[in-house]
Amino acid sequence: MQSTTLILLLGFMATAAFYFGRGRSLSLVGGPGHGTALHSLPGYYGYYVAIWVAIPALALLLLWVMVEPKLIVTLVVSGLPEAYRDLSPGELNLLINNIQNLASGDVVSVAVDETLQAAANQFNQYAAQSRQILAVLALGFAGLGGAIAWRRIHPDLRARNRVERVIRWFLIAASSIAIFTTVGIVLSVLFEAIRFFQKVPITEFLFGLNWSPQMAIRADQVGSSGSFGAVPLFTGTLLVTAIAMVVAVPVGLMTAIYLAEYSSARVRATAKPLLEVLAGIPTVVYGFFAALTVAPWVRQAGESVGLEVASESALAAGLVMGIMIIPLVSSLSDDAINAVPTAMRDGALGLGSTRSETMTKVILPAALPGIVGGILLAVSRAIGETMIVVMAAGLAANLTANPFEAVTTVTVQIVTLLVGDQEFDSAKTLAAFALGLMLFVVTLFLNVIGLNVVRKYREQYD
Amino acid sequence: MKMTAMTDVTTDNQTPPTLTEEPAAAPVAEPIQMPQVPEQETELSGETVGNIHCENPFMIANDVNVYYGDNHAIKNVSLEIGKKEVIALIGPSGCGKSTFLRCLNRMNDTIETARVTGQITLDGKDIHRKEQDPVALRARVGMVFQKPNPFPKSIYDNVAYGPRIHGLAADRAELDDIVHTSLERAGLLKEVKDRLDEPGTSLSGGQQQRLCIARTIAVNPEVILMDEPCSALDPIATARIEDLMDELCEDYAIVIVTHSMQQAARVSRRVAYFHLGLLVEVDETDRIFTNPQHRLTEDYITGRIG
Ligand SMILES: Nc1ncnc2c1ncn2[C@@H]1O[C@H](COP(=O)(O)OP(=O)(O)OP(=O)(O)O)[C@@H](O)[C@H]1O
Ligand SMILES: [Mg+2]
Repeated sequence: MQSTTLILLLGFMATAAFYFGRGRSLSLVGGPGHGTALHSLPGYYGYYVAIWVAIPALALLLLWVMVEPKLIVTLVVSGLPEAYRDLSPGELNLLINNIQNLASGDVVSVAVDETLQAAANQFNQYAAQSRQILAVLALGFAGLGGAIAWRRIHPDLRARNRVERVIRWFLIAASSIAIFTTVGIVLSVLFEAIRFFQKVPITEFLFGLNWSPQMAIRADQVGSSGSFGAVPLFTGTLLVTAIAMVVAVPVGLMTAIYLAEYSSARVRATAKPLLEVLAGIPTVVYGFFAALTVAPWVRQAGESVGLEVASESALAAGLVMGIMIIPLVSSLSDDAINAVPTAMRDGALGLGSTRSETMTKVILPAALPGIVGGILLAVSRAIGETMIVVMAAGLAANLTANPFEAVTTVTVQIVTLLVGDQEFDSAKTLAAFALGLMLFVVTLFLNVIGLNVVRKYREQYD
Repeated sequence: MKMTAMTDVTTDNQTPPTLTEEPAAAPVAEPIQMPQVPEQETELSGETVGNIHCENPFMIANDVNVYYGDNHAIKNVSLEIGKKEVIALIGPSGCGKSTFLRCLNRMNDTIETARVTGQITLDGKDIHRKEQDPVALRARVGMVFQKPNPFPKSIYDNVAYGPRIHGLAADRAELDDIVHTSLERAGLLKEVKDRLDEPGTSLSGGQQQRLCIARTIAVNPEVILMDEPCSALDPIATARIEDLMDELCEDYAIVIVTHSMQQAARVSRRVAYFHLGLLVEVDETDRIFTNPQHRLTEDYITGRIG
């Protein structure tokens, strides 16, 4: 039996169990009119039985899926002739792969001989048996669970409490998924980064001023010694982010203030969706807007006042990134401003404040935590942004604070390091993980600071 | 408390009407046989009974109408508000008390859909005339709201806010002085003297409302509008604010909206009764509560509507 069929069947059984459970609870107290004699609402008894049907069976299914492949492989290997037993692990792996491929009808990398064919047949046979056993066991579990729960139904059974306990565990499991994923990502990045730091000293990475991640592929190759000083990347990131924030924060904030306090309802109704369209444009599109339109324009403008401007410049990338972030800043600030109670606004106006006094002296201070939070989100977004910078800021790892020069950022370098054709454990590829780790640490640090700022203001203003 | 307040009003009158005597049977039966609706509508002629004039008028509303879009919320209301008097606006919910109050300092300007017609004068001058800056008007006609709404600032800064934006204090010492006297007059100074730096929101509800009153009088207005200032407060805080109004009316004209008949009876000299956007009756407080002229007023104060 296919596992999808099995799962459908289990679902069907659980649904049926719900109705049976509910019906039994009611019939125990003498019909639908006497539901109050039950400890819980009749539906809870239904859920209780359904849970007992579904959960043990599904748990078994999960366990089976995890253990089954290994078990079958072990069985198949133990069934192989003596000669194959003392192969090296690598060769054995290859052999097993070939057996599996042969069994599922895929391409096999060696000539198919008799033993191989026999092993593959064996493999298929085990798999079929395993599925049968699983089906019987799962349905058995479901039936058994349902029967036990069914027998336990009693007007005094605290069905609601039990069902709710199960629900709580589900919710806990769901929320831990995000946490465990984060932990998993961080750990995997961390381990790769540690491998990198075994090849390149951490001090060089953190304080080196030179970034040219070209490792020699052959020992006699010249000119590619590789240096992994990440400082230029971080200054580049900072420069582009700073330019973006200089554009996005004032413009976004003023947009929000205008929309929230000054505009008529009609203007607001058209302007807000338009801004949201701006937020929906893919960053690649912004990227070529930056590279093809803004960068040449910046260059021309710079030259007309006698400045040397690279054709790919931090300024062009920063400007466009700023434009991209405006909707984020404005919509979060708008929310924060709108969250300030009207009573506050009326209070200020009632004392004879002008609109702008009301805004700057009362509403903005009250909305500040939300606005700061929004800006921090925007900063994180800018630091993590890749596409625009790849296309408009260049790849040259210049250590500079001059916005007219080409710079490169951490995210851009991660991309270029990983799309190269180096082997996976070369220092060049591993450097991407080290950069990723650093990026993660920096954003985490920013968020922690930001949250603290927000909390401090909250305490003051709530 | 209720009884004493009501009898206070009625004692000096020889014909104690329907107020305290008959709460048991009659009023319960009355509203059930209330298909008197057509009768009521004929009663709503739009004429105000009683006397809209007062001795020393300071603000005069003449034929004021307010529309919220198509909703005609205030209909041809004329009313005089005197110097050094407390006038109470009463009436069932939604009858337009707040709307009328907000006309007096042009707070309705801040509502996009609101449209005000008619004439309102302050000290003889039309408040809707072109040269009148609504911002300056609101400094002269202060407002205290239903819910205490201190700014998210320190107690000191809350009170200093108005004087600062209007440049009322030349230096810090003068500002300190204004803040202290305002808090003193609002009866709050003793409680907050040592914690002026704490946020205004850390005070209790009653204290917050007195802070808002202090904030309003710090601007030194000529008229104070209060929209149900005690509806969120307990009886003790309410009593304090009523005492405060007694003192303040020495210097200010006070207009108070209230749902509490007892409060209106205690603090006001005149009472205006609104119904469905119309000003039904205005008179001296004693007369309104002892001898109302209009049927609707009588029904309202005896608890038959509202
Ligand atoms: N901002 C507004 N926009 C549209 N209509 C409004 C607005 N404020 C009040 N109204 C309408 O005007 C009428 C009078 O409302 P108002 O708030 O003045 O009543 P009120 O007498 O103060 O009532 P309450 O005693 O409940 O405070 C109501 O019909 C109300 O729906
Ligand atoms: Mg009101």
